[in-house]
Amino acid sequence: MSVIEHADDLPAWAALAVSFFLVVGAGLTLIGTIGFARLPSFYERIHAPTLGTSWGTGGIVMASMIFFTVLATRPVVHEILIGIFVTVTTPVTLMLLARAALHRDRAEGNPEVPAEAPLTREAEGQPAAGE
Amino acid sequence: MSHTILAWSVTIAQVFLAIAMALAALRMFRGPRAQDRVLALDTLYVNSMLLLMVFGMRTGRVIYFEASLVIGMLGFVATVALAKFLMRGEVIE
Repeated sequence: MSVIEHADDLPAWAALAVSFFLVVGAGLTLIGTIGFARLPSFYERIHAPTLGTSWGTGGIVMASMIFFTVLATRPVVHEILIGIFVTVTTPVTLMLLARAALHRDRAEGNPEVPAEAPLTREAEGQPAAGE
Repeated sequence: MSHTILAWSVTIAQVFLAIAMALAALRMFRGPRAQDRVLALDTLYVNSMLLLMVFGMRTGRVIYFEASLVIGMLGFVATVALAKFLMRGEVIE
């Protein structure tokens, strides 16, 4: 194992907190990806990686913030940018992807997905599509 | 003591994230349909972003933070473009 020389003067409580958040974040990301690799259908699989984008990212961002704040003896919070960005973008991408998959399944007449409800079709038939 | 704990946890986190990336790559090669592959690519982007952040903690440099920010943005744009392509069959209309 290589050595982390630049963190020699990190106090023990900070090392414990950083280690806790780091292992929790990486472990949750791993659990989410295992679920992504093992779940049977696409609509179940799309839920699993969000474990990595919510608490996986949150834990590692928190660990990095504590680590650099204690080492630099001043507040270092620029990692929160990544947390905010991932929190904002993940629902958008997964929503778009799930709708695309649903559209593909319906276009193929896949019996496993429910048919489009007439009410929503009427509501979306308005110029709301905008494209 | 604290140094040992930190070194071990950073190593464990890197191993976990590497296994997660391998599983996502496996799903990308196996994945029965195109949306599975796109989702696997998105997972791969997020995992590599986290791995770069852990790498930045190991080396103590800030440049890895910027790299992981760029990877996160590219992953968002790539996944949105691919989802749009799956929906419409073209990216720019």
